[in-house]
Amino acid sequence: MSATLEFPHPDAAQHHKILLKGVSRNFKTPRGVILRALDNITLEVRPGEFLCIVGPSGCGKSTLLHLIAGLAKPSRGEIWMDGRRVENPGTDRILIFQELGLFPWLSVVENVEFGLRMQGISKQERRERARRYLRLVHLTQFEESYIHQLSGGMKQRVALARSLAMEPDVLLMDEPFAALDAQTRDLLHDELERIWTETGQTIVFVTHNVREAVRLGDRVVLLTFRPGRIKHQFPIVLPRPRHMEDPAVAVSARDVLQQLREEIDKAVREEYGDEIES
Amino acid sequence: MKSRARNLLFYVGVIAVWQGIAMLKIWPPYLFPTPWSVAESLWAGFQDQSMWIGIGVSMRRMLIGYGLSIVLGIALGLLFSVNRYLRETLGSLVVSMQSLPSICWLPLAVLWFGLSENAILFVVVMGSLLSMTISMDTGLRNVPKIYPMAGRNLGAGGWQLFVHVLLPASLPHVVSGLKQGWAFAWRSLISGEMIFVSLGLGHLLMMGRDLNDMSQVVAVMLLIVAIGFIVDRLVFRTIERRLQMKWSGA
Repeated sequence: MSATLEFPHPDAAQHHKILLKGVSRNFKTPRGVILRALDNITLEVRPGEFLCIVGPSGCGKSTLLHLIAGLAKPSRGEIWMDGRRVENPGTDRILIFQELGLFPWLSVVENVEFGLRMQGISKQERRERARRYLRLVHLTQFEESYIHQLSGGMKQRVALARSLAMEPDVLLMDEPFAALDAQTRDLLHDELERIWTETGQTIVFVTHNVREAVRLGDRVVLLTFRPGRIKHQFPIVLPRPRHMEDPAVAVSARDVLQQLREEIDKAVREEYGDEIES
Repeated sequence: MKSRARNLLFYVGVIAVWQGIAMLKIWPPYLFPTPWSVAESLWAGFQDQSMWIGIGVSMRRMLIGYGLSIVLGIALGLLFSVNRYLRETLGSLVVSMQSLPSICWLPLAVLWFGLSENAILFVVVMGSLLSMTISMDTGLRNVPKIYPMAGRNLGAGGWQLFVHVLLPASLPHVVSGLKQGWAFAWRSLISGEMIFVSLGLGHLLMMGRDLNDMSQVVAVMLLIVAIGFIVDRLVFRTIERRLQMKWSGA
């Protein structure tokens, strides 16, 4: 992080961690039609903020995270982090993929070590660090297991530990708990909230589950259906720790849900309308 | 257990039928050996070391030739997977050459390398290189996008990405190529040895023919099958099963 202030951007007064300025992203469909996934997104993420992004499927939520991670480039606009332009992947911001991307040929602890190994950290040190984070997600007993031997919730935690072990400033999470049963998900919510409080990391969390967004986030950003634009932002000022069943969470979620529903309706009309036409 | 007993019964049956036909004396024994004479021939071969030497020489050629084609196959497959132009030109040539039995290379090989060990190694390499190359190429191209993405996200780039992510991720394909390559190499080697040069199982088989000793011919045939089968079962099956289990659960 020593190079942080080498090229300070005029807007880069340090009150934000990540800054998106007029970011758009187009895709070319196999038929050659250009599809706009994200349109003119301008968004600031504060240091240490837990930001949740919700929207109907197909609104470009995942794309947004890939852009911040540097795995894809915006078609228009700029992304800044700590006053530096984001051009490439960087280990200061780690993305937890929706499909996790754990490596089946490595054991649990080797998976967690992977990024550290790529950085050339000595075997002993990276093993220690990996163990520390496995402890944090309660997987100490499974460090020698292989991925196929784990349950869904455990895989999720390995992915979390693998990302945390990089000790990134920013954690980008792409619907990480979508495939889990309710109990496991609640458990991981608690763990994530605790870890976040302890580490003070900045988290950008994408989900289609409004309740989850309100339960976790300091702020919820709602995206519109294709192309994804920011429709509304909801600050969530509820005391922590929170729970999914808190009445206050339910009340806040209702506001978000109402607006989300309009977008879902739009999505449904468009998807099925297309089908009827063709 | 039950299936093992059934298999045993089947092979006992095969031997019994074989013995029965031999006992009908339709053909003279030097044309149609009995199971017993084949067993004797095997035993004698192991006793006078000739079988051991044959196995040793053939296996040594396999290790060298097969090893060479693994290294070359990985390199070529990598080249094809990164360079589309090469894949579409040289790659399609390679695929079309797969219909050529590798023993067809022997005349050329003899001209190029003389009646030497190298000529036969060349035939072995030509026999297995193609399937190695193809499986490496398809293996690399079928790596789920998520793996290199996760690798880059965790700070791996360039060569690191290839060694630590792409290569292991394509392993299931590569192993089936290794297995197929082994089978091809084995057949190429035996046919090469039959046509030419010193020692080796193929040569032993031809010696049996020259001496009109059909028991030895059949004994060597059994040995060739047994070795191929054992390597396939013990080595490749085990690896494949283990990989399948691991890779499928990610």
